[in-house]
Amino acid sequence: MISIREPWLYLAPTLLFIFLLVLVPLITGITYAFYDFDLISGTKEFVGLDQFTRILSEDALFTKSLLNTLFWTSASLFFQFTLGLLLALILNSGFRGIQLVQPVLFIPWAVPSFLIGLMWVWMFNPVTGPLPYIFEAIGILNEPENILSDPDLAMWGPIVANIWFGIPFFTIMLLAALRSIPNDIYEATSIDGISGLQAFRHITVPLIAPTIIITLLIRAIWISNFAEIIIVMTNGGPANSTQIVATYIYDTAYQKMDFGYASVISIALLSLLMIYGLILGRIRQKMTTYF
Amino acid sequence: MLNKSKYAFIMGFLIFTLFPVLWMLKISLTPDRLLFSEGITAWPSEITFQHYYSVLVEGSIPDYFLNSFIVSFSTAAMVTVIACLAGYGLSRFSFKGRTAIMTILLITQMFPIVMIIAPIYNVLTYINLVDHIAGLVLVYTAFNLPFACFLMQSFFDGSPVELEEAAMIDGYTRFQALEKVTLPLCLPGIGATLGFVFTAAWSELLFALMFINRQSQMTFPAGIMNFVTKFSVDWGQMAAAMILALIPVCIFFSYIQKFIVQGLTAGALKG
Repeated sequence: MISIREPWLYLAPTLLFIFLLVLVPLITGITYAFYDFDLISGTKEFVGLDQFTRILSEDALFTKSLLNTLFWTSASLFFQFTLGLLLALILNSGFRGIQLVQPVLFIPWAVPSFLIGLMWVWMFNPVTGPLPYIFEAIGILNEPENILSDPDLAMWGPIVANIWFGIPFFTIMLLAALRSIPNDIYEATSIDGISGLQAFRHITVPLIAPTIIITLLIRAIWISNFAEIIIVMTNGGPANSTQIVATYIYDTAYQKMDFGYASVISIALLSLLMIYGLILGRIRQKMTTYF
Repeated sequence: MLNKSKYAFIMGFLIFTLFPVLWMLKISLTPDRLLFSEGITAWPSEITFQHYYSVLVEGSIPDYFLNSFIVSFSTAAMVTVIACLAGYGLSRFSFKGRTAIMTILLITQMFPIVMIIAPIYNVLTYINLVDHIAGLVLVYTAFNLPFACFLMQSFFDGSPVELEEAAMIDGYTRFQALEKVTLPLCLPGIGATLGFVFTAAWSELLFALMFINRQSQMTFPAGIMNFVTKFSVDWGQMAAAMILALIPVCIFFSYIQKFIVQGLTAGALKG
């Protein structure tokens, strides 16, 4: 009764959209890497692998943006996750007024990322925002300056904005994981006289660990590609101190109009992410057999 | 004791979450002449609604709002319908090519979007939809589909096949069984998908900046960024526009957030 074609009928609209608007452009975009675009004449010339040697041998900015990407991703992820977990545990334990507080705490996730960027730009600006004065008062800064214009500190601006935005994501994921643990397990342990902390350590953690690890690893890919907040807040500056690979691609393609080289950087980033993805797949397989 | 520290943490989270938003609200209500003369204060000595008036009546912000609403709503509706079908297909059938499709869907989530803005521009030129919100809807639909498919698939995985099979034995076609039996069970999932996609489309900036030049077709994010570059000094109006932009997503999101947690719990239970 089930024909071979039937599943394909359900999938056809999705595949059509993805083929025409994602895969075809992706392949076209990859071919750009072999061309040198001339902005003035509007022509492109086939240059083979020339631009690939450039990225490997003489592009110090690529290396720098790669290191910045690592810092941006790991710092954002670390704080989003630890604070998100803390909040999920508190919300899961329940308290008076939770119905009111929970939606408020989830608001940042619904705020468009360009607005988040703009909002925090104002917060860090000594003309419009309170943060420089607060930082001075608690001794982080010597004078109320804008950290976004200080190459040593600038990256923390977008990171704080990203933390603000990302906590609810982890809270929601972890809350869902916590709630999916059947209550009878805890009831059984309370009969056996196990304390709350022990129950957390020996029941909660092992049960939600797989979800947590996978979510973290997938989220890392997403954050490393997440350029909007940085583009709005610092546009990669000052002195490229907040340039991550994704903003570097944006800059190369749409400020310098060098589509060819932008595509080369994209391919480099994509390859690195693919390697990461393969490792991730391995970990995932291991975990399903382990837990 | 434990309770006390719990409330202290909640207060901390609340302050961190609300502080920037309230600060925006403050700036939006501060009269221009007080903004700089009073310096950084917790609250201005007098407030004004002038900025809201200017934004809502004088500028093109209401048009941007309308465009964003049309774009986000159409995208959410299209994605949800299409992803329902695909999620169902992926959940209920095992067939040759299934793994390949899953892999393709995953790969689309991995590369930087900035890489393919130019090629997509060419596709849109080809179908004559550059500089038109319909073009944006198509692009947003394509980019939101993979995640929505995974989400819907996990909801279908979580709803019992047996009910559907029983309905089919009773003479329903598979499609009728899906419509009458399974879809109603997956309503929270459908709500979550709608919400995810709506907020994603409402927030998207880069495509909107690159594909739209005409004022009449601009979505809210692109319009606001335009505003920033044009009138970078008008803090009050910008803050007012930003606060206004927050209202629809916040209402929508606080309504659907419980479905999302519910939905994810259902998905997690199964997998």
